[in-house]
Amino acid sequence: MTGLLEGKRVLVTGVLTEASIAFSVARIAQEQGASVVLTGFGRGLSLTRRIARRLPTEPPVVELDVTDEEHLAELSAKVLEHVDGLDGVMHAIGFAPESVLGGKPFVEAAWSEVGTALQVSTWSLASLTRATMPLFGERASIVGLDFDASVAWPSYDWMGVAKAGLASAARYLARDLGPSGVRVNLVAAGPLRTMAAKSIPGFSKFEEVWGTRAPLGWDIADTTPAARACVALLSDWFPATTGEIVHVDGGFHAVGA
Amino acid sequence: MSQTDILAGLAAILEEVAGVDPADVTADKTFIDDLDVDSLSMVEVVVAAEEKFGVKIPDEDVKTLKTVGDAVSYIQRAGVAA
Ligand SMILES: NC(=O)c1ccc[n+]([C@@H]2O[C@H](COP(=O)([O-])OP(=O)(O)OC[C@H]3O[C@@H](n4cnc5c(N)ncnc54)[C@H](O)[C@@H]3O)[C@@H](O)[C@H]2O)c1
Repeated sequence: MTGLLEGKRVLVTGVLTEASIAFSVARIAQEQGASVVLTGFGRGLSLTRRIARRLPTEPPVVELDVTDEEHLAELSAKVLEHVDGLDGVMHAIGFAPESVLGGKPFVEAAWSEVGTALQVSTWSLASLTRATMPLFGERASIVGLDFDASVAWPSYDWMGVAKAGLASAARYLARDLGPSGVRVNLVAAGPLRTMAAKSIPGFSKFEEVWGTRAPLGWDIADTTPAARACVALLSDWFPATTGEIVHVDGGFHAVGA
Repeated sequence: MSQTDILAGLAAILEEVAGVDPADVTADKTFIDDLDVDSLSMVEVVVAAEEKFGVKIPDEDVKTLKTVGDAVSYIQRAGVAA
């Protein structure tokens, strides 16, 4: 059997450590036959380059801060140095200052900090799409990572607002890009112990309830289930699915208690 | 590998990753408070040390490595076991 992503060229953002969800996406994408290009950000760029060597094949790493218009403008040219186009883009980017992650009461959040969270975690789905669109062929798939935003969580605060916005942005992008053969979908993962998650002070509260309440159980150290869903959505096996959110959370979202 | 060699190797990594002056890197120094290594840099120091010394340092163990000396003995023990 050939791989799910045989011959596909995929840009994967968000690989920071081996625990990053995007690391598993990149690994499985390669195992399934894709040519992968990574992006790295700011001070983490050198770490991304080191971690890239731990993938089955060491992929090229391109610098990208999604808030930097110059980086966005140069992205397609930099990607073209390594692949001749793109069939898929993995958005695995999120950030919020600690003060809006339960550091202060929700109601006291300052716009400058909320703005940062929304710019990096929500608007970036559109800016990354804009920057990579010129590289798409007849069909392409964009996949992002959501954390269920239909309810209020401990500490998640303005990141929850950013995720609700991300889900909405994905639907608008799906609406506008569908006619060009571009699908836009999100995977709503359960809690996973990554660098981003460790910066959420109340994260351990999620960990405790998830495993016991999810019908299938949940392993906070295993990013493979979420990554497999991302790879499936990047593949040709969801050809008529867009604007969708696939929950990979052990079934937690489906049960009340 | 001797403790001195490991210490020198760690000092080189700390300089490259976090801009720490190698002269400041002694066994009694703590990474966070004395050497100002933040959590992102610490992750990179660990990854670089794993590569340089051919050891594996799991997350749970990283938390126990408060001082440079802790890391040196850990790497020495892990190196012998490997
Ligand atoms: N860990 C979880 O529990 C969980 C659950 C659901 C969804 N998610 C989402 O998954 C995605 C990936 O996060 P992760 O948990 O793997 O953590 P992670 O810390 O490994 O990845 C976060 C990534 O965001 C990148 N980033 C931050 N600011 C950036 C910027 N300005 N420009 C470009 N990149 C930037 C970082 O470099 C890092 O690679 C995020 O969107 C996160 O919200 C995480």
